[in-house]
Amino acid sequence: MKLKLLVWFLVMAFGASLALAQDEPAVVDSLAIDTTQVIGPAPVSMLTGKDKPNDHGHAVVIGWETSPDDGAGQNSVMGYQILLSLNPEGPFDSVGFVPAGNVSFEHIGAKDKDAKNFVPDNTDLYYRVDAVSMGWTAVTPSAVLGPIQSCGQLFNRGRWAVLIAVLIFSFFTIFYVMKARGGAELYIRPIGGIEAVDDAIGRATEMGRPILYVLGLGSAADVATIASFTILGRVAKRVAEYQTALMVPTYDPIVMTVAQEVVKSAYMDAGRPEDYKEDCVHFVTQSQFAYVAAVNGLMLRERPATNVYMGKFYAESLLLAETGSMAGSIQISGTDEIAQIPFFIVACDYTLIGEELYAASAYLGREPKLLGSLKAQDWGKAIFVVLSIIGLIAAQLGWTSFVDLFRVVD
Amino acid sequence: MRRSTYLIFGVVTVLFIFSWAIKALVIAGDGGNYLAQSFMVTFAAFLTLAIYSFLYEDNPLYKFAEHLFVGVSAAYWMCQAFWSTIVGNLIPRLSEGLSNYFMQPYQASPWNPAYIIPVVLGVLLLTRLSNKYGWLSRWPLAFIVGTTAGLNFIRYLRSDFIVQVSSTFVPLMSTKLHPWEGIGAFFSNFDLSATGQFAALLTNWVIFLGVFCGIVYFFFSKEHTGTFGRASKIGIWILMITFGASFGYTVMGRISLLVGRITFLFGDWLGLVQN
Repeated sequence: MKLKLLVWFLVMAFGASLALAQDEPAVVDSLAIDTTQVIGPAPVSMLTGKDKPNDHGHAVVIGWETSPDDGAGQNSVMGYQILLSLNPEGPFDSVGFVPAGNVSFEHIGAKDKDAKNFVPDNTDLYYRVDAVSMGWTAVTPSAVLGPIQSCGQLFNRGRWAVLIAVLIFSFFTIFYVMKARGGAELYIRPIGGIEAVDDAIGRATEMGRPILYVLGLGSAADVATIASFTILGRVAKRVAEYQTALMVPTYDPIVMTVAQEVVKSAYMDAGRPEDYKEDCVHFVTQSQFAYVAAVNGLMLRERPATNVYMGKFYAESLLLAETGSMAGSIQISGTDEIAQIPFFIVACDYTLIGEELYAASAYLGREPKLLGSLKAQDWGKAIFVVLSIIGLIAAQLGWTSFVDLFRVVD
Repeated sequence: MRRSTYLIFGVVTVLFIFSWAIKALVIAGDGGNYLAQSFMVTFAAFLTLAIYSFLYEDNPLYKFAEHLFVGVSAAYWMCQAFWSTIVGNLIPRLSEGLSNYFMQPYQASPWNPAYIIPVVLGVLLLTRLSNKYGWLSRWPLAFIVGTTAGLNFIRYLRSDFIVQVSSTFVPLMSTKLHPWEGIGAFFSNFDLSATGQFAALLTNWVIFLGVFCGIVYFFFSKEHTGTFGRASKIGIWILMITFGASFGYTVMGRISLLVGRITFLFGDWLGLVQN
């Protein structure tokens, strides 16, 4: 009996020891995980915060020194979580996360009070930058930074260069406009494409065929379209004088309205208001390739003697110019879309390259305002060249302060 | 219409119906509304071919495709503008009753008179339809052109002037990677690779001369004669070389569009190639 009891006791003891032996590592393992969770990365230090300069407000810039465990030490930092509260005691809400290695964060909030990420101006804001370990197993909060207030600025000091350029350019424009108004003769060199416009209108008159004027796909406020309106005015005046037909299919309804006004005024200036037909300027569609299909069809059916493409053009430039070329029309084009100029050059008889389009409107109009602005542009270019040469020397000699003068901040 | 036109339309209609039937039979096993699906693919393929027929000459099929395209797109963009701008953006901010009528969620925000301005300007544009009050339509036009021109003035002055000026500040003798160590060192370490000193300096010189001569070409206040004229000629040559490169690059983009259409015709429609 005693022997049986001893055996039973030994078996129980052995079983208990096995059970303990199995439990022990589990305890150690759980302790190890707990240790990892408890010992997080070291917190960030040297927290700084200030209102984001040169903006409309609702934004704060936070800076810090990285955690000693960021890329070194435990090397356990995955990133930094930025939290905001209106109270130093919290609660804090997350407003952003940046990966390890970063030392600053721009908290740009919404202006709208109802928006989730609204940041009030002129209100005490408190921030925390928590170091987050890999897999978010541990988060070490920083000290609370604040109060910081955001506010809007009336002037963006990062754009002084733009203000100075505006003032200089405005000065030259006003100066030359006044000079032109005073009767001074302002020289503009002849521009080949524009000289050809009158000949092309004459050719259309002789052939008894219409003139097609395409204003492109730009809006009424695009510089190229505005320049094109001036040229259209000149073309329409000549067309009215020669009693030739004019067709102006438009892509934009507002461009159509302005073009109608321009053509109507030109007919009145030519002393033939009764010849003006409102339908000669008509709307087609605001779909790019449908517009192209319609204008191409017009070219082949009406067979215009002259096609004038002036304004903003995109992928349709070659489709239009190639069809016009096939139809045997004389073609004059002008655009400031650099990618489209090559297509016009290969398919048109005359092409106004970039700024020549703006110059053409001044050249044709001979209006003091346009001439003055063209002269101001030339002065702008002269200043450009001088500044570039100084900049080249500065870059060669390493004068970064001069180069920094032209750095524009958004 | 001429008899030949009727004949062409008849043949094309028969071909279309035949093609539709074949396509419907092919995709019938795929489930879904195979009749409508096959009609769409076949119609799209026929419209594509109708547009391509313009390459031969203007013809009734092209005219049909053109007018359909223009009509559908004009109507589509008008509806799009009405529903996205007026119904989608304006009405929910102005009126709860109208928002409910158009089944748009009303955005109950404080009354903002700024939303009325575009309404008034839009209505003024419509006065163009009246002979008596047509002059009022010039006000919104002046507003649109003036505002955008003013905004663009700053934008272009910044991006096309100041940023461009600073982009030309490049060293002509040495770079950060390749400091100038004299003419002897330059030739003894002469390297034609893209990362070498020669290539870096050549790039900077091309930038400088290209910008300088290009600007001279666009100078309108002086006659292009003598040295000025020669610089202008170099400028136009540089522009033409640039345009040539740009032409080739863009043509490659257009080829990809053609490939897209051919893939549609031979893949989606005829099923001869796998997409």
